[in-house]
Amino acid sequence: MLTLFYILSAITLGTAFLTILSKNPIHSAIYLVLCFFSIAGHYLMFNAQFLFIVHIIVYSGAIMILMLFTIMLMNLNKADEKNKPILSRIAAVVAFCLVALVLLATFIKSQPVINEYKVSGQDFQSIKVLGQVLLNNYMVPFEFASVLLLVSMIGAVLLSKKEHINN
Amino acid sequence: MSIETISLSGRKKEVSNKKMTFAESLYLIAIAKGLWITLKHLFTRSVTIKYPEQTRELSPVYRGQHMLMRDDEGRERCTACGLCALSCPAEAITMKAEERKPEEKHLYREEKYASIYEINMLRCIFCGLCEEACPKQAIYLTTSRVMVKSSSNREDFIYGKEKLVMPLDMAIRNTQMQTAN
Amino acid sequence: MDQAIIIEKGIFIVVIFAITMLFAMYETLAERKIAAWFQDRVGPNRAGKGGILQPLADGLKLFSKEEFFPNTENRFLFIAGPAISMTTALMTSAVIPWGDKLTLFGRDVILQATDINIGMLYVFGVLSVGVYGIMIGGWASNNKFSLMGAMRASSQMISYEVAMGLAIICLVMMTGTLSLGEIAAGQHGWRWNVLYQPVGFIIFLVCSFAETNRTPFDLAECEAELIGGYHTEYSSMKMGFYLFAEYASMFISSTILAVLYFGAYNYPGMDWVESVAGANIANIIGIFVLFAKICFFIFFYMWVRWTIPRFRYDQLMKLGWKMLIPLAIANIIVTGIIILLADQNL
Repeated sequence: MLTLFYILSAITLGTAFLTILSKNPIHSAIYLVLCFFSIAGHYLMFNAQFLFIVHIIVYSGAIMILMLFTIMLMNLNKADEKNKPILSRIAAVVAFCLVALVLLATFIKSQPVINEYKVSGQDFQSIKVLGQVLLNNYMVPFEFASVLLLVSMIGAVLLSKKEHINN
Repeated sequence: MSIETISLSGRKKEVSNKKMTFAESLYLIAIAKGLWITLKHLFTRSVTIKYPEQTRELSPVYRGQHMLMRDDEGRERCTACGLCALSCPAEAITMKAEERKPEEKHLYREEKYASIYEINMLRCIFCGLCEEACPKQAIYLTTSRVMVKSSSNREDFIYGKEKLVMPLDMAIRNTQMQTAN
Repeated sequence: MDQAIIIEKGIFIVVIFAITMLFAMYETLAERKIAAWFQDRVGPNRAGKGGILQPLADGLKLFSKEEFFPNTENRFLFIAGPAISMTTALMTSAVIPWGDKLTLFGRDVILQATDINIGMLYVFGVLSVGVYGIMIGGWASNNKFSLMGAMRASSQMISYEVAMGLAIICLVMMTGTLSLGEIAAGQHGWRWNVLYQPVGFIIFLVCSFAETNRTPFDLAECEAELIGGYHTEYSSMKMGFYLFAEYASMFISSTILAVLYFGAYNYPGMDWVESVAGANIANIIGIFVLFAKICFFIFFYMWVRWTIPRFRYDQLMKLGWKMLIPLAIANIIVTGIIILLADQNL
């Protein structure tokens, strides 16, 4: 099990780096898809089957395909990539360093909450349990999330509608 | 009657661009109708003729390879009058006439004969007008199923007398059959 | 996990793969034969008796064709395209219940590779990943027509996935489970889901036509506009893989239709057979019944293919977004109300 975890982590990190490093935007999108798949594998190792499959359906199956769509249609080339001004480069480096500092600090400071994991056999991941938790304990945030999605959808529709000059 | 109202097949339908109703725009009824039509075709007999095993019947007016006939005594009938060449709509026939010498009496029936008789098979349309035009009943379009053989050489398609004249043994057989009857 | 289970599942998976492949092979022949019959022709009948060896001849032909690579930097992706298509077409069969359990050599053999509690979502996940095979292949071909075909195929598949999911939600609301095994078992007797969910069934049927990229939704390989669509540049067995994947996914989606809506392996009189001849015989008949249902749906796919002309792209999108999705949502609401009323009455 531990070797599986290490292999998955290696794939995740490797593809994540390749996403950033590869020059071809399509290649980096495909590496990102692979990265998502390996993250889904992590979910599966938590025995969170629902999260695993939803992650694949939503992220790899829908969002990344739409991303690929736009990248393919934009026909990006290496020549199109302009050199960024020095100021924005410095800003990017500084921002990255700050984020890295925060992350490192949390990693160093953090202590394991539970020292030992035990298999309790309790059902915590099946859709029945998940649905009950979502609609009983977290009803309001759940509904808010759906309203948020609806708003963004209406926004997208409005943006894509042609504007009429008269009226 | 104006051209718009003529319907040769009797099944003419006016094109209308009216808006579809909701039931029509679901396409479900149309799809069910179409499925019913194809299902009926599933149970009709196929019209295919499985060629090498089955062959289509020849038409009664089938016209195949040309043949220059011989008469009962095995003499060529053609007198090189040129009427066939004249009647040919595709201008496929050429010939050269020559006078019969006394010692050739057993070869040619008429006093004049075709020393060269050529049909260009690339031009011939097998219309049979040469057959109709011939006053001596010398040229016939047989019911032979032999098609013009393919070749990469255009000269091969000009059929001379060696290919057109009825073979002698065939003429002999015909005569024997006639005398036997 | 004891070794017997691993061996049992291994054998089972191999058998399922073999059956899927065999079906995909003979679907190519069936397609040509059925097309011929619909058009009053005879169809292929030279290779073997009645053309029974035709798929082998086709395969041999594809193997012996020249392997052609377009001028592209993405050779790997070019090869990965058909491979992904094939893999995803075969992956779905893992969660399908092919029959009830059999008792062989004193042990219960469950005729399902794995009964995960999210079986239905798994099918969706695999479907959504299947888009990549077409997209990557179309893009890596370095050809505008291929790219256009890939775009059409994938946008169509994404659009119809939505309506398909909504149609399934009604089924899930009724059965209360996502596991295909439980859905199949719940249709015992005459409680076939198609009788309770006719609208959902029609929506699902239309969507599965779109998902498998078959006529009337085969715009992706519309010859007149796009040459060959996403597999224009493919030749030899890579082309064969794409075609094979299409037929395999047709088989799988027929199976899913049969399992979800047409009672899976259940047939009328199953209990009577069980009481007369024993559970094993009844379940073996059940497997054959399932395959008969699958064959019917495959025939239906072909029947529709040779009846209905291709949709235009705007018609396709209109049908997907403006007809099927509102219909599916209305179906959900009606189903919800009925379930609520039924619960109160009980």
